[in-house]
Amino acid sequence: MAAILEFEKPIQELENKISELRTFSKEKGIDLSNEIAILEKRAVEVRELIYSNLTAWQHVLIARHPERPNTSDYINYLFQDFIEMHGDRYYGDDPAVIGGIGRFNGRPVTVIGQLKGKDTKENLARNFGMAHPEGYRKAMRLMKQAEKFNRPVVCFIDTPGAYPGIGAEERGQFEAIARSILIMATLKVPIIAVVIGEGFSGGALGIGVGDRILMQEHSIYSVITPEGYASILWKDSTRNREAAETIRIVARDIQKLGVADKIVPEPVGGAHRDPAAAAGFLGEAIAETMEELLELAPEALLARRYEKYRSIGNLAD
Amino acid sequence: MVLEAFRKQKQTTVQPDTENRDIPDGIWIKCSRCEEILLNKDLDKNYKVCHKCGFHFRLKAAERIKMILDEGSFREIDAGILPVNPFKLADYERKLREARDKSGLNEAVVAGEGSIEGVPVITAIMDTNFMMGSMGTVVGEKITRAIEAAAAQKKPLIIFAASGGARMQEGILSLMQLAKTVEALARLSEAGQLYISVLTDPTTGGVSASFAALGDIILAEPEAMIGFTGPRVIEQTIRQKLPEGFQRAEFFEQHGFVDKIVPRSQMKETLAKLLKLHLQGEQ
Repeated sequence: MAAILEFEKPIQELENKISELRTFSKEKGIDLSNEIAILEKRAVEVRELIYSNLTAWQHVLIARHPERPNTSDYINYLFQDFIEMHGDRYYGDDPAVIGGIGRFNGRPVTVIGQLKGKDTKENLARNFGMAHPEGYRKAMRLMKQAEKFNRPVVCFIDTPGAYPGIGAEERGQFEAIARSILIMATLKVPIIAVVIGEGFSGGALGIGVGDRILMQEHSIYSVITPEGYASILWKDSTRNREAAETIRIVARDIQKLGVADKIVPEPVGGAHRDPAAAAGFLGEAIAETMEELLELAPEALLARRYEKYRSIGNLAD
Repeated sequence: MVLEAFRKQKQTTVQPDTENRDIPDGIWIKCSRCEEILLNKDLDKNYKVCHKCGFHFRLKAAERIKMILDEGSFREIDAGILPVNPFKLADYERKLREARDKSGLNEAVVAGEGSIEGVPVITAIMDTNFMMGSMGTVVGEKITRAIEAAAAQKKPLIIFAASGGARMQEGILSLMQLAKTVEALARLSEAGQLYISVLTDPTTGGVSASFAALGDIILAEPEAMIGFTGPRVIEQTIRQKLPEGFQRAEFFEQHGFVDKIVPRSQMKETLAKLLKLHLQGEQ
């Protein structure tokens, strides 16, 4: 059973009621199928109603849901023969970034993504998906490898940001992110960036400069977390909900701003309700996007990639 | 992103004591580091560097232009681009107004063409007096246009970075300026042209993690604060005090991320030497 978010309580109450009726009907041998059907219909309606009127903060809660499918789940659902590659060849292997080669609909591709854990133990091992420089350097290495063997690259973005620590700074976090952005700007194979959970700051963009940016329906993307925004601009981190509404982080807003190219639907109730269905939608969207990109010669691909970023925030004098 | 991380520069104007009534207000300034009382006039003559401890005061873009470019050579480009407020935030509107009043600038970067010891260059100079030099849409656009001008005119590019990072009030649009500026730099680099990045206090967040980190040559001013995350956020995260000198220019030179630390008094001649070493066909 998925952890219940506060705003999902009405759905939860209906579901509890339904299961009570089922038990009761079974125990007493009374036919309650009509009553159950009515309640089930009601539950679907309530869920659809709630999920079609989410606030930005509710999107944040869904995007950060502990049971939301992570990069590793989508690799398992969508890529066959996946082989993980470790290390940046300079310093070490960053567990916050997973990368390797697999088959997508039969075609060899390189997959890279930030990997958050689903519980405290996993999150400690994965550093909550917050990469060190060696994570970005591993990503760059795998991207150059993909270019050499003419494989498309799929990047899954799911991070609150790059790790803010002593070692990360010593080993040049700023340089690693900048260099990774540069590598993506010039990579001669298609790059599809997919925001699957939360994408914040240069830490997200460090693997996010794609020919296309896809966002799952309930994913969020911005320059800083709502908590960071509230604590820096308002000196009050408790105003995180208000910040979430202020800075435009939800997928549909990011699409309106010309950054996200496509919103990938999720099952009603969020990807964690039905990970297989979520992966199905995601697989379709990636396949469709990849087909479009594979038709372009490298020069055209790079020209369009340049134009995509050049035109963001384009200004008239 | 990390705007909060910078210690406020304590450029306190010290009131003259009652004995010295012939000295008008604002003529003295206290060094933020050694607290020496300095004559503003002397400080100006000494490149805004404290004569006692060598502390480099932050510069206005106009002061930097005067120190680095040949006299009368600078011609500003894209001066007329005004800030934008894409999400129509009232707070931001007010901050932009205050920043304009305080700095006398339209935005946090001044770009233009000029020459250094006769060598023509394109330059972009960031100014912390405008919202801590943060990069939103307009700063990203002006930097990109400067890079494109350097490419089109086949001139070397010099960018003086001074920024707390991406500007939060423009959300995702600010973040995308990292990609936009770097895309433009990639083209400049592929054309075989020189880009010198000069890191000044502070260079952090989205600016350090994009164009500022990608110079063919990276110079830094002494003791400039450099890094991705500002020290305060790191201290809050790891719950320990950072060592003295952490993330200063000298620290990053030691760790291999800065080619050379250049005191301000030698900046112009160093840039001129580097530019001349890259001149082709006229040795």
